[in-house]
Parts: sequence; C-alpha cells; structure tokens
Amino acid sequence: MKEKMKLVMVGNGMAGVRALEELLKLAPDLYEITVFGAEPYPNYNRIMLSPVLAGEQGIQNIILNDLDWYRKNNITLHLNRKVVRIDRKSKTVTAEDGMQARYDRLLLATGSIPFILPVPGKEMDGVIGYRDIEDTNAMIAASEVYRNAVVIGGGLLGLEAANGLALRGMDVSVVHIMPWLMERQLDVNSARMLQAELEARGLKFLFEKQTRELVDDGCGRVRSVRFHDGSEIPADLVVMAVGIRPNTALAESAGIYCNRGIVVNDTMQTFDPSIYAVGECVSHRGTTYGLVAPLFDMARVCANHLACMGYSSYQGTVTATKLKVTGIDLFSAGNFTGSKDTNEIVMQDVAGGKYKKLVLQEDKLVGAVMYGDTKDSSWYLQMIRDGKNVAEIRDGLLFGQSHLGNSGSQGQNLAATMTDGMEVCGCNGICKGKIVRAIKEQGLFTLDEVRKHTKASASCGSCTGLVEQILASTIGGAYAPQSSKVKPLCDCTSHSHEEVRKAIREEKLTSIPQTMSFLNWNTENGCAKCRPALNYYLLCAWPHVAVDDPQSRFINERASANIQKDGTFSVVPRIYGGITSPGQLRRIADVAEKYSVPMIKVTGGQRIDLLGIRKADLPKVWADLDMPSGYAYGKALRTVKTCVGSEWCRFGVQDSTQMGISIERAFDHMWMPHKFKVAVSGCPRNCAESGIKDVGIIGVDSGWEIYVAGNGGIKTVVGQFLVKVQTREEVLEYTGAFAQLYREEAHYLDRSVHYVERVGMDHVKKHILENTANRKALYGRLVEALKGASNPWAKENIHAYEFEPLTVGSM
Amino acid sequence: MNTWHEVTTLEKIPPLGARVITTNQGDIALFRTAEGDVFALRDRCPHKGGSLSQGIVFGRKVACPLHNWNICLEDGKAVKPDVGCTRSYPVRVENNVVYISLPGAAE
Repeated sequence: MKEKMKLVMVGNGMAGVRALEELLKLAPDLYEITVFGAEPYPNYNRIMLSPVLAGEQGIQNIILNDLDWYRKNNITLHLNRKVVRIDRKSKTVTAEDGMQARYDRLLLATGSIPFILPVPGKEMDGVIGYRDIEDTNAMIAASEVYRNAVVIGGGLLGLEAANGLALRGMDVSVVHIMPWLMERQLDVNSARMLQAELEARGLKFLFEKQTRELVDDGCGRVRSVRFHDGSEIPADLVVMAVGIRPNTALAESAGIYCNRGIVVNDTMQTFDPSIYAVGECVSHRGTTYGLVAPLFDMARVCANHLACMGYSSYQGTVTATKLKVTGIDLFSAGNFTGSKDTNEIVMQDVAGGKYKKLVLQEDKLVGAVMYGDTKDSSWYLQMIRDGKNVAEIRDGLLFGQSHLGNSGSQGQNLAATMTDGMEVCGCNGICKGKIVRAIKEQGLFTLDEVRKHTKASASCGSCTGLVEQILASTIGGAYAPQSSKVKPLCDCTSHSHEEVRKAIREEKLTSIPQTMSFLNWNTENGCAKCRPALNYYLLCAWPHVAVDDPQSRFINERASANIQKDGTFSVVPRIYGGITSPGQLRRIADVAEKYSVPMIKVTGGQRIDLLGIRKADLPKVWADLDMPSGYAYGKALRTVKTCVGSEWCRFGVQDSTQMGISIERAFDHMWMPHKFKVAVSGCPRNCAESGIKDVGIIGVDSGWEIYVAGNGGIKTVVGQFLVKVQTREEVLEYTGAFAQLYREEAHYLDRSVHYVERVGMDHVKKHILENTANRKALYGRLVEALKGASNPWAKENIHAYEFEPLTVGSM
Repeated sequence: MNTWHEVTTLEKIPPLGARVITTNQGDIALFRTAEGDVFALRDRCPHKGGSLSQGIVFGRKVACPLHNWNICLEDGKAVKPDVGCTRSYPVRVENNVVYISLPGAAE
C-alpha cells in the first residue's frame, strides 16, 4: 500500500479543525493527520465563552469535537503540547517537550493572543487576558472571592467580559481609551444607546482614560488601576481586552513571511508552498480577521487545496458584528462609518431605543449599524455581501424586508421578543427554544446546519428570516450568510447554481452522470436536491438533446399528478383560459363517478381538481377524461387565469379570455425552475388578479400592460411593470422572452420573484426591452424548446412501470 | 416462519427508482440503487406515513416525498437528525430474478 501523505496541524482551534472537517469530507483518506494543541481541551466553541462566563452555559456544552471525533477520523491528537520549532528543511515540527512530527503539508492555525498592555504590574496575579477556557475559569473563580473588577477595553470582547462578571456579582468598571464604546463597530449614536442600556444593568464606564500602572496589594496581587491623569480605581481583577494579535511567533521563527499575520495568498498558502495557514493568525490581502465567519470561509478554501482539488479561492469576507449580551440587539457590518463618497440613510428614536443607519455607495449598500431592532440584519448583510444594486428599493430600504412585501411567518418577525415556547417554523412545529438549544449544544453555525438538525425553515422557508435572526443572536459575529453567488447547489458539490449551469452550457454536458463527473460531485449519484436541479438545467440548456431522467424528478412530475398526504393523487386537467363546455363537464362528472373520486374541487386557477385517485388508476382516469394535463403538479406553466373580458363584461376593453387561451396554448408543456402562473385581465379593474402572477397582463383601451415577477404565495409581492404593447403577437413575444430569461438564469426552485429580486428589474429590461434582437432570440429559443412537446397524459408518453404495482408469487 | 417469494425481474425496477409490491401485509417498497442492489422497506415513512416508493433514490437512501426525510435503504432507519425506523425485508437477486422474504404466508 502506498504510504499516505502526512498532514500536521499546529493549533487545535475552530478554524483549523473546520479545515480538517472540510478536508475529510473531500478526501477522507488522503492524509495521515496529526494535530498539536497547546490547550488541554479538544476543539471548543470559543465564541460561546461569553455565555459560559455569564453562567448561561457550561463548558461541557461548548466542546465542538470530542476526543471520540479525533479517534474516529484517525487523527493523532497531542493536547497540551505547544509546538516551538518548525524545521522547514527536514519538514519537521518540534513540541516543547521534544516530541517531533514530520510533515508533507503543514497547516498553521495558531490563532491569536490577547494584547497585554505594556504597563508596570501586568505580570501580577489577578491580571489576565480573555481568550480561552483557562481565562474564563480564572474569571469565574475570581468572581467568587473578589469584589472589584476592571475591564480594560470597551470593545466587543471587553463588554461581554464585563457583562459576564457583573452577572456573577462583581462590581465592574470598563475603562476605554476612546470616547465611545465599540468604536470599531459602532458610531457614536448607537454606542451611546448601548452605554445607557449597560449602565442600567449596573456597569460603570470610564472614557478616554489611559492606564499608567497596576498597583500591588503587597502580596503579589493587583489592588488598583492607576491612570495617567493620576486617578485610581480599586481592582481585584483586571481583564485586558484591548485587542488580539495574530499569533505569528512560531511562523516568524521559522522564517515564514509575516506582516502583522502570517501572509497567505488566495489559496491560503504561505510563502512556503508546503505550509498553509488559516484563521486569526493569517494576514490575507493585508487584512486580519478576528471573527469566526471569515475563518470558516478560509477553512473551506484551504481544504479544497489540501485535497488537491485546486479550484477554490478566498476573496476576503465582509464581517458583521453582533454583541452577545442577552437582551441587547446590536448589529453592524461593512463600512458603517462611511467616507466622503458614501451617503447615509438614518433613523433614530432615542426614547424608543431604536437606531438604524445604512451606508450606501452609489447604488450599493456597503455598511449598516442597527440598535434595538436588528430583525433585518441578515437581509442587509446578504445585500452587502452580494454587492446588490439597491436603487429600485432604496425608498423603502430603511424600513426593512417586511416593508417590501415579505409576509414573514404569521407576522412574527422579531426573534428577540419571542419566548422559547413560541413556534418559529409552522411547517415542522419547531419552537424558538429548540433552535437555540440545538445551535448552542451542537455547535451550529449556518442556516443549512440549523435546517438539518432542527428542520426549522427546511420546508416552505417562510420563516428563514426568523431562523437567521435566532442564529445571529445566538452565535453573534460568527454568523454570516454566504454570498449567494458562491453558495453551493447542495452538499454534493462546492459549485454554485451559476457555475453548474455555465459548465453545462460551455462544456456541452448533456447528462446528469456526465455533469457530476465533470464537476467532481462528491457523491455517487447526487441527492434529492441536486438531481432535479440538474435534470432541469440539462433539459433547459439542451432541448431535444438531453434526455429527461424520470428518476431525477420529484414524484409529482414523474407521475404527472400531485401526491397527497395519504399517498393518493390529484388530477387537474387543462381548461384553457378557464373556459369549459357541457361536454367537458359531463366527462369530468362521469370520471368522478366511475372512479368514486372522494372530492371534486374548483381550484383558485379556474380549473377542476379531482382528489383522492389511486396511483394505479391514473392512466385510466386520463384516458377517460381525454383532456390534456394541466401541469398542476409541475415546475412548469400552470394556469392562465382570465376574466370574462370584452366579450361579455360591460367594463371590459380587451378580449382577455382569448388572450389567456392563446398564451396557455403557446407555452403549454414548458418546464421551468419553479411553477409559473399567468393571468390576463380585460380592464384595469384586474379581476384575474394579474398583479400577483409571474406574468400578469392587463388590458387597457390602447393595448396590453405586462407585469412580471409578482407572487401570491409565501411572499406576497406585486408584479413590476415591464412594458405596454399593442398586439397578441407582441404579448406572446414579451411574455415568452421573460419566461425564457427566467428559465435560463434562475436558480432551480426560485420563483420569478426571487429571480428578479436577485438580478434586478434593470437586468430584465436590458435583455427584453432595450435589445430587440436579444428578445427575439430568447423567444425563439423558447419556441424551439417547445417544438414537438406533447401531453404527458397521452398513452405513448406514459411509463407503465411507474403505475403498475407488483405482487408476490409463491415459490 | 419467513418464506421467500418471487417478485419481479431486476430490469423492471428502474435504476435509482422503486416499485411498490402490494401484499396482504400492506405495501412494500422495492428499491434499486445505481449499482443494481435491491432493498425492500415497508412503504411507510416513520414520520407521517408517506410512501417511500414514491421518493427519489440516491446512494443507499430514499427521500420521502412528503417532507423529505431521508431513510436508509439498508435498515429502514431515518438519517440523523431525524429519528425513526421503518421495517426492512430481506431481498436477494438470483439470475436477475428478485426474491423477497416475508413472514407467514403472504400472497
């Protein structure tokens, strides 16, 4: 057997171990892994130290990877062993006690060390930094015996330490050299609000005070803190929280280039190609990071390269801050102080305890600060990270996402005010307490992890915003939604939807196995999430070439009917434009009687739904109905809803029913990223509800107005005006061009409203209005794709095996 | 007493697909993986009773069509963090013929 490469990791913290986890997912057998940790504990959740100090959580609950995890993954773990030397020539590291390990690849994850002010007395008992379990234990022990605590540093860490010590009964003063708290995260207004709240909880603050020395009590323990202005305050415990410094001592001693941190390139490689570095110890493009979210991004990239896959790169991370002090809602992200080429939108309500500031550069959101009301923090952060153009929503931006039409979950959108027993996810019956517990105890950091472990927001997704808020307020700065541009399609791949679609187009991939193999899928045959997406992307990119894979379709599309909770199916035939006839109705009635259909329902889309049909009966029902499939089960063109229009209505100015029928016939059999609903109204009274459809058409005296990307589902959004046209042909061309643009560019399972929200209405207009050739080409591709498409209920299109049950014979 | 019963031939189950067997003990789902391995589970998801035979098969798992629980084809157990189990039945394939072992005299 070939000997495995040796990977040695120095440092056993969150960034390094996350890199190992990612590596084990990609290449479980590539390396023989050895880890050196200076602390006596396995990897723990450092950001949960504040809740531990505050007495809200025990140390045993914050361990992320127990010793068993290292054993199971065949990782040799050396705890309590600080590595003191790297010999790059012989590729060996040496620990304090002389133990050595050879490496082929070395991963430095040495983290950071608290900065200790160089003042007389800093070595005394009772003077500590705030970094690890040992420091936390020392603070807890001190709080049981002593009274006066002084925290030097009014930043994030200092305030969390101060809050924890106060909750443990100490008299706490926070000394800050700057004029206001958390000046790196807050502007003066929000900082003053925070200060008032913390003062109400008993903390004391001293601003613009510079420490001169720490005074001895005569027995080697600190007694007081003396400042440059001569004043002095009593202190039995001094916590230095004035900042952290990348821990580069080891790397520097080995001659690895450092500049503040260990300098790495976009692949997390140091100047020595065998040596990688991740976490707080690195300097990437001149920036060092002290929050968890960027570290995880780095870990993912590093693992990709350690696994010899070599295509991932780290581009830096927009970081966000949330203070983890129970009951205080505070958030900041990006460039929140602004500069001369930015401008600000501000809302301040001191009495109401609310403050919100958004910083914009041109038409992009670049920073945000919020105090008191942080419910939209993850929404803003996502826009900052995506660099989204917000020109269209600027007017309502400050008022948050709910203002733009998202109904949220039962109108409940302030996670902080919810009690543990309140339900967050209505689909799966998950309450807030359960989510918080899972995040804390299982060390969850991302929305996907929360979904996996609790099911919250994993079904309809309408409570996603709430779950994100709960996640953000539980883990603080560690939470950062991934930029949607790089978000992997599913767990089977690290490629995004865009990358997958691009590869399918440009590399002419025409089957699912071919796509998975070209893009290095990490599962044999995907999962229930990626296979339907790939099947759709292939059919969309290569109509008439790619072959549909029924086993990669959700059951509804495979059986051309909607599965119900008891395993029976429902059947909705097409009734073009909602216009039916006595003959059709008679046939439907006959079928309903013949198959004892338990319920017949008129749908919201002007059709008739036969519910409770046994799967084995479906082909017979379809044959007896002798009507085409209504695609009520599909990610496809659903119904075209119409009003009676000018033929009958005294107000009608256009023949909306005929237009609806034309559209429904033209775009029948059209597979889409998600369901697609159209409506046509014959006058602006809009009885067909064209305002909330994927495409809504409204007849006016002088022609037809076309609206797109409306939605009446989970998120009620009024469609946006696209264009006004004159003729039937134009309506078909513009509608078809929009449908095709959505087909070609949307992520699978994004409704048109999500798609347009992502790319912006300007993008849609550019492709459809400003460029005639492009519009005609889009429409042409759609017409070509639909050529020859036929009714899936027709006998020749039915796979018999799908519907026939097997029976057992005796042997 | 378990007895073996002939059910079908291998090619009648689509790869990464499933068929339903109706028996006097209720429906049984018969799955075929990409490699051609065949597994049988009671056709009821431990969550809300969804027909597993209607789910998407991937690797050695099936995703329930109702709420997307993932069920392991080998032992019928729900994949963590979900908890639950549906009954599994022994299956063997000989000369492309699929046999299932059922308790008692199933017809």
